[in-house]
Amino acid sequence: MAKKKTIRSIPQERTPMREQDAQVRAKNFEEVACGYSLEDAARESERCLMCPDEPCISGCPVGINIPGFIQKINEKNFRGAYDILTDTNLLPSICGRVCPQENQCEGVCTVGDSLEAVAIGRLERFVGDTAIKEGWVNIPYIEPNRFRVGIVGSGPAGMACAADMAKAGCDVTVYEAFHQAGGVLKYGIPDFRLPNEVIDAEINNLKKFGVKFECNTLVGRLFTIEQMLDEMGFHAVFVGVGAGYPTMLNIPGDSLNGVLSANELLTRCNLMRARDFPNFDTPLPIGKRVAVVGAGNTAMDATRVSIRLGAEKVYCVYRRSRTEAPARAEEVHHAEQEGVEFHWLTAPVAVLDDGKGSVRGMRCVRMELGEPDDSGRRRPVPVADSEFDFEADLIVYAIGTNANPIMGQTSKLKLNKWGYIGADENLATSVAGVFAGGDIVTGAATVIEAMGAGRKAARSMKAYLGIRDPALPYIGAAGAGAGTLFGIDTRERNFARVRIA
Amino acid sequence: MKATAMSNFEIVAREDFSDVTYLLEVRHPLMAKAAKPGQFVVVMLNEQGERIPLTIADFDRKKGTITLVIQAVGKTTKQMQLECRVGTSLYAMVGPMGVPSPISHAKKVVCVGGGLGVAPIFPQARGFKEAGAYVIAVLGFRNKDLVFWEDKFKACCDELILCTNDGSAGMKGMITDGIKVALAGHSDIDEFVAIGPPVMMKACADATRAAKIKTMVSVNPIMVDGTGMCGGCRVKVGKEVKFACVDGPDFDGHLVDFDDLMMRLSRYTKVEKEAHERWSESCRMTKQVGPSALDALGISTRGRAPQAELLELPDPFEDAPGG
Repeated sequence: MAKKKTIRSIPQERTPMREQDAQVRAKNFEEVACGYSLEDAARESERCLMCPDEPCISGCPVGINIPGFIQKINEKNFRGAYDILTDTNLLPSICGRVCPQENQCEGVCTVGDSLEAVAIGRLERFVGDTAIKEGWVNIPYIEPNRFRVGIVGSGPAGMACAADMAKAGCDVTVYEAFHQAGGVLKYGIPDFRLPNEVIDAEINNLKKFGVKFECNTLVGRLFTIEQMLDEMGFHAVFVGVGAGYPTMLNIPGDSLNGVLSANELLTRCNLMRARDFPNFDTPLPIGKRVAVVGAGNTAMDATRVSIRLGAEKVYCVYRRSRTEAPARAEEVHHAEQEGVEFHWLTAPVAVLDDGKGSVRGMRCVRMELGEPDDSGRRRPVPVADSEFDFEADLIVYAIGTNANPIMGQTSKLKLNKWGYIGADENLATSVAGVFAGGDIVTGAATVIEAMGAGRKAARSMKAYLGIRDPALPYIGAAGAGAGTLFGIDTRERNFARVRIA
Repeated sequence: MKATAMSNFEIVAREDFSDVTYLLEVRHPLMAKAAKPGQFVVVMLNEQGERIPLTIADFDRKKGTITLVIQAVGKTTKQMQLECRVGTSLYAMVGPMGVPSPISHAKKVVCVGGGLGVAPIFPQARGFKEAGAYVIAVLGFRNKDLVFWEDKFKACCDELILCTNDGSAGMKGMITDGIKVALAGHSDIDEFVAIGPPVMMKACADATRAAKIKTMVSVNPIMVDGTGMCGGCRVKVGKEVKFACVDGPDFDGHLVDFDDLMMRLSRYTKVEKEAHERWSESCRMTKQVGPSALDALGISTRGRAPQAELLELPDPFEDAPGG
């Protein structure tokens, strides 16, 4: 390495990423952020100090060797950067786009203490996109074992778990209820944030690993988890079905035509391509004035989709203030640029009827922040006599989801009091051989957290099946005694073979 | 059972009951094994298609097939009527969805099916019969030409009351008249099960409310995914909001808010009509669908101008509009 970099010697400003102009992009579904060019990536990689304590690695839910891949970019060895990334993360193009880096790797970046943090997410995306463009795929040597693993749900948790189990040599089948694989990445996240080609490229990589995808398969109803283990010959099953089941506000007017969940709006628009109606058959009459309730990433997606579908006015209504909004800062910023009107500290009270069963408007009340609540955020309380009405013909609820009941209805899996699947710290469920992770365990969270859960479940699954995990240090020899059983690491408990015997 | 033995959704049989009603038998051995009365599937005709929910009308575990009875009312169902022939395949069919109908231990049951609801009520009637109940079927059609499966019902029911609006088959009258006949003839009915257009199910629930006879209905709201994810199919049941796809589709008819259901079903009427007109127009322009073309597909045109027929909406037994 050349001479040691210091905070003074590195480029002070974070390299900007080219974006489509707000006026132009508000009318199309092309990706907003155009990504780094080669020069951009090289310049940004220069900003990493290669600091010895590497806080970014522990800030990453999957523990990517971040300084390692940035170093390779700096050396213009992009293939090398891709190799390092794919050691831990098989979906860099997706994560580089949708991770909330400001709360993860970039949030703890040493450079970020005095300057803007290194744009780790953008660099990750650059490497991932370069790999797709160049057709790179890293297929490690896979020693097949005799284990068959079933994955329920092809979203981020399922994809991550499938990748790890396939690498370990298992015969992996992923089941998806929709007609296309990808889960929330396909139906939820719009193309202008995560293009479908990127998702398909990552799925194709998994197929090259030998992972099989079976769409149009509703596990639980077509066959149960128990049948997968007992009749279909799966040795272990991972359940990553997501939370689904959107929450409604339960205010008067909820069932009027023109009130819909963000999930419905996004699914119609993204997966079913209602935006190309009538070339695609799924209808989606968009409102002239759309009000989206909530301020998470899904809410931002809903506002920005509405703008692109031609709404004249799009409001975002949130009962807390901007500081408490759960969406990524960049998403709020993009929505604002595209013309979304934000109404912070505003809570809906009722949806107003036009007398013909459709929406005429919404009645809201102003809020102010009071004492902190259980989540540590200041609790919004209504301001007396502050009710007001405004016109809207489409109301979109983006206020979170509840647990999808299908798994609970059709299996013996124990659920917690909110209906989510109960899992221990290793993500094992109450049924031996069945692991669960992602939103169906934790409630609605992020793509990368779901991926992290999928990988964690894969580690537990390997231990359960008795597959040695090379990532784990072999502690048997060193700490003989308590941690070992006849010199074998107790983490390698071999339930599957015991069960067969 | 092999995990990889998935279906390619091939159509193995087709039967045309009338100008607008047709039956498709789709090969899907796994689903035939899993299906239970009251469940439904979501079907896509092609990659550009919409996802439409259809109640399973029958299933054959030996043959490994699922039977769907479809009424051509909108763009998709009419396009399916034209394109789905034996040997072709659907783009997608997922299911069985929904909670299976609880076949209770009722001793005397009335199964009410109106129009297209006649098909999905059949597995329930058969289920009750197999459970040892005395089964009375009340079936309603607009006229004699639309009647189907009379023999299938005769084979599994103790009594069959057939009503047509014009009296061309069975008794003359609305389906509610048939229900009255059933109520008048039996004072010990334990349960009603009704499937059909919301107006009909509402009338049935109203007819049994006074006598406090348990009445189950199968609702048919607009859906997209059918897995509980979009919430488009929410219905008011008593004081609660339920999702028909995962909490239903069967609910207590005395608690369902039918007015709300009917209002929500009209959500996309305008765009659907536009899509349908556009499609009919393009059929006329490009395909020149004439009687000969329809004959070639085995569809009887009964001497009427096919274009006029394509545009005619079969009232009052409307199918559930798709998502």
